[in-house]
Amino acid sequence: MTKTSRWLSKNLIRIYAVLGFTYLFIPVIYTIVFSFNNSGKSNLVWRGFTFNNWRNPCGAADVCNALGNSLKIGFISTTLATILGSLIAFAVGRYAFRGHGFINSMIFLPMATPEIVMGSSLLTMFIGFGVNPGFWTIVIAHVMFCISFVVVAVKARIASLDPRLEQAAMDLYADERETFRKITFPLVAPGIAGAALLAFSLSFDDFIITNFNSGNVNTFPKFVYISAQRGLPAQANVIGSAMFLIALIVVLTAQFVGNRRKTTA
Amino acid sequence: MALATNRKKKLWPYILLAPGMVWLVIFFIAPIVKLVSTSTQTQGVNIGEYVQSYRFANFIDAFTGAAPQFFRSFLYAGLATAFALMISYPLAYAIAFKSGKWKNTLLVLVVAPFFTSFLLRTIAWEQILGEQGLVLKTLRFLHILGPTGHLTATPFAVVAGLTYNFLPFMTLPLYASLERIDPRTLEASGDLYASGFTTFRKVTFPLSLPGVVAGTLLTFIPAAGDYVNAELLGNPQTKMIGNVIAARYLQIVDYPGAAALSFILMATILILVLVYIRKMGTDEVV
Repeated sequence: MTKTSRWLSKNLIRIYAVLGFTYLFIPVIYTIVFSFNNSGKSNLVWRGFTFNNWRNPCGAADVCNALGNSLKIGFISTTLATILGSLIAFAVGRYAFRGHGFINSMIFLPMATPEIVMGSSLLTMFIGFGVNPGFWTIVIAHVMFCISFVVVAVKARIASLDPRLEQAAMDLYADERETFRKITFPLVAPGIAGAALLAFSLSFDDFIITNFNSGNVNTFPKFVYISAQRGLPAQANVIGSAMFLIALIVVLTAQFVGNRRKTTA
Repeated sequence: MALATNRKKKLWPYILLAPGMVWLVIFFIAPIVKLVSTSTQTQGVNIGEYVQSYRFANFIDAFTGAAPQFFRSFLYAGLATAFALMISYPLAYAIAFKSGKWKNTLLVLVVAPFFTSFLLRTIAWEQILGEQGLVLKTLRFLHILGPTGHLTATPFAVVAGLTYNFLPFMTLPLYASLERIDPRTLEASGDLYASGFTTFRKVTFPLSLPGVVAGTLLTFIPAAGDYVNAELLGNPQTKMIGNVIAARYLQIVDYPGAAALSFILMATILILVLVYIRKMGTDEVV
């Protein structure tokens, strides 16, 4: 075996991983690059570098209204879904009760149902009861499909806890409430935070269910979809890029702080 | 007193479950029931008014009207799932076993593209591969594609879009199940003179099966119901069942027809999922 081919076979999986990540990030990089395009009316070809789009992110009609709605809907539905989902996760992860199997299937079903079915059936019900779709119907829908993902994420965290930690607390005369407050909850909290982040990104990015249940209310994905037909304004790229960078910074900082704490503790 | 705390203990799980379950029953189960009852309605006196007449032939009408799109959806979703598995498995493997201290950062990077809206990324692909994009110009320059050949508005583009969009749903469960494997089992296999490939076939892959099952489901299900990729990257001959349902609901306002199609889609997927889970022998997916 020559030197190069040995190096290749040893690092094949790493080369492959680099290619995989390149594939994942090509459209993200494209989106970021074209947020700096001096685009004029259509953002299809490169026309030169400018900061104007970033200086004026609300420059395109309705884009910031749509973004504002998406953020509001994201925060409200994330809060509700995280609370409801975490409660379910504690019940399922910590208690033996009748109907465990039934509850598990109730959690699994929404994840096994295509969005178009959930979106269209919810709209059918809203129309049937004479409810006009709008802001709150979107929130209702988002909470509904986020709950299952929160349950799965928090449950995984609860399952990975070492039961001896809680036993130790009880041995040291902490009562159940104190054990939960001082031991269990702080240990599960990172899982809950992760679940909330997941819920927010699912809500913020949802198009299909939202499109069915939004009436005239615009959201960011809806704005992108509608304006894609006549050419997307560069402001959409600015907002997409900004969301990406903010999320990346938040997650990496959280991770960095978590690592520091682990090594100093 | 003891009895009271005991009873309270038994009630606790139900108190925790109640709010979320009530939400799911009202906003997930009830709409599905409503969907099923709408699917057998027929046109009333006024346009847009539908009355219950238990016309089960609606299902046959709806299905025969959209059979090509129906089968196409499952074909595209199946292909996209297979490609996503082929791309994700080595990626998840590299993160789980070869990334050292970079593990958590790489995991974040798998999810990171999610934060630019998936619509923006799909449109980015459309523009990268489209008429004005570099890829097409290069392929034409190299005569790999003829001057009229194109990449977007093809079945290839739709399947590629589906593969791309649901890739993290495949990578994450695969990573989770690979990460749980004790590296010592792999070393043991090597000590018993198994080659790298045999170790993979007999030890690594079987141990990662729960991840494969979860990942393929989380990719296949949304892909089969998707209509955005077919809309943005396809042509009229690549329409999927989602396109038909969306058009019947939002443009033609044929609620019973759309409801019947939705129900057929959901039932087919559920049956496939149950058969698949049973075949793969993993019942604990959630």
